[in-house]
Amino acid sequence: METTVAIVRTGVANTASIIACFARLGVEAAVCDDAVRIAQAPAVVLPGVGTFGAAMAAIKEAQLDQVLEERIIRGAPLMAICAGYQVLFESSEESPRCAGLGVFQGLVRRFPSGVRVPQFGWNRLTTGQTPGVLTGGYAYFANSYAVTGDAVPSARFGEVLRPESLQTATATHGVPFIGAISCGSFLGCQFHPELSGPWGQRLLSRWLSSAGCTAGESSTC
Amino acid sequence: MLTKRIIPCLDVRDGRVVKGVRFQGLRDAGSPVELAAAYEAQGADELVFLDISATTEGRDTHRNTVAAIRSAIGVPMTTGGGIRTAADAERLLEAGADKVSVNTAAVERPELIAEIAGRFGSQCAVLAIDAAGCPGRTDAWEVVVRSGKERTGRSAVEWAIEAERRGAGEILLTSWDRDGTRSGYDCALLEALCKAVHIPVIASGGASSPEHMVEAFQAGADAVLAASIFHDGEWTVGGIKDVLAKAGVEVRR
Repeated sequence: METTVAIVRTGVANTASIIACFARLGVEAAVCDDAVRIAQAPAVVLPGVGTFGAAMAAIKEAQLDQVLEERIIRGAPLMAICAGYQVLFESSEESPRCAGLGVFQGLVRRFPSGVRVPQFGWNRLTTGQTPGVLTGGYAYFANSYAVTGDAVPSARFGEVLRPESLQTATATHGVPFIGAISCGSFLGCQFHPELSGPWGQRLLSRWLSSAGCTAGESSTC
Repeated sequence: MLTKRIIPCLDVRDGRVVKGVRFQGLRDAGSPVELAAAYEAQGADELVFLDISATTEGRDTHRNTVAAIRSAIGVPMTTGGGIRTAADAERLLEAGADKVSVNTAAVERPELIAEIAGRFGSQCAVLAIDAAGCPGRTDAWEVVVRSGKERTGRSAVEWAIEAERRGAGEILLTSWDRDGTRSGYDCALLEALCKAVHIPVIASGGASSPEHMVEAFQAGADAVLAASIFHDGEWTVGGIKDVLAKAGVEVRR
């Protein structure tokens, strides 16, 4: 049976939690590192637990960098989580000599001193005016690094991730930072929707809908 | 702003939740999966599941229980008990745990913290410290291991500092003197340890009321853990959060 959601193998990520969350929504998800399947899957999740450098190394080793960029340019459904979301930016203080995918401009920075790092727990997310799959609520974070400032797509993604249709959500931990970015069926989350209880599960459900995937249909979407 | 976390703890032996005073006189408190689901529904921010099975068969039971809880709940789960190597940690993370906690094995071989943090990230590596007051002193605590049977003479605060340096992402701090006594968290211990590290600290041992939790947060805790007050049905997580919110503690509701 073909799975609806392909979860990119980025080394050790908490894929069991992601698979369980989709299962509760009646959708089959499976871990995959095959470039062709990831290019063609109805929906793809780029997870990431661990470092920016480790996530990028896994993506490059499986030659998935182009596949992922092409999915975004085609507008094919993609959700990136935590370190998987951070690698969409140009670089990170966590792995200084490692280039990210550069879908968005900017640097991922360590939280300032004076707050507990890692940020572990539930933080309030506030959404802007632009409509999208994101809503305000409490989201579960487990991160030491984040992006402050605005979400600005790199020029080559500007046609798809149009600034006027980007929905961003912010949270504060010492400094305000980007909690999530959505645009059509693209969703990047600094937090873990799969661990964010019923609120997170509803977000995954809306993302599946935006991707044209209906819960309960496991083979096609 | 980051909210303060309420974490019910499941001590599980041979597949059943148990609770005792200072790990002695264990009594049955229910099915781990049913309790986990109930606590999530009440508003638990996270769950800790410690496997205290004494047998070697316990390992598979541990893994299976993690997987069963993971299917049932959509909030983070930390598990501990019997983790001696990064491979032990991997089996439990693959089964659905989000973090693993190590205790005695890390005291015996502190490299274990770096091995787990290096392979899975600091956000997966929780160090559990059981601390007991040093006789005749109010400002010093030592690490105890093997479920409290053995005093190590090592300073709990120094050990926390070392663990942070070795890559631990969180400290689960249990007061051995208070555990199961219902007399409140050891706030002096909490304050000393929270000041010494930059990583989050979970307070454990001694809670019997929301007021105890308010005290722990005032002492610097980022999260509070409790078991019997939830298992006994005395308080729901939601009921506790109502009291905390009134006391000015920001919680997720």
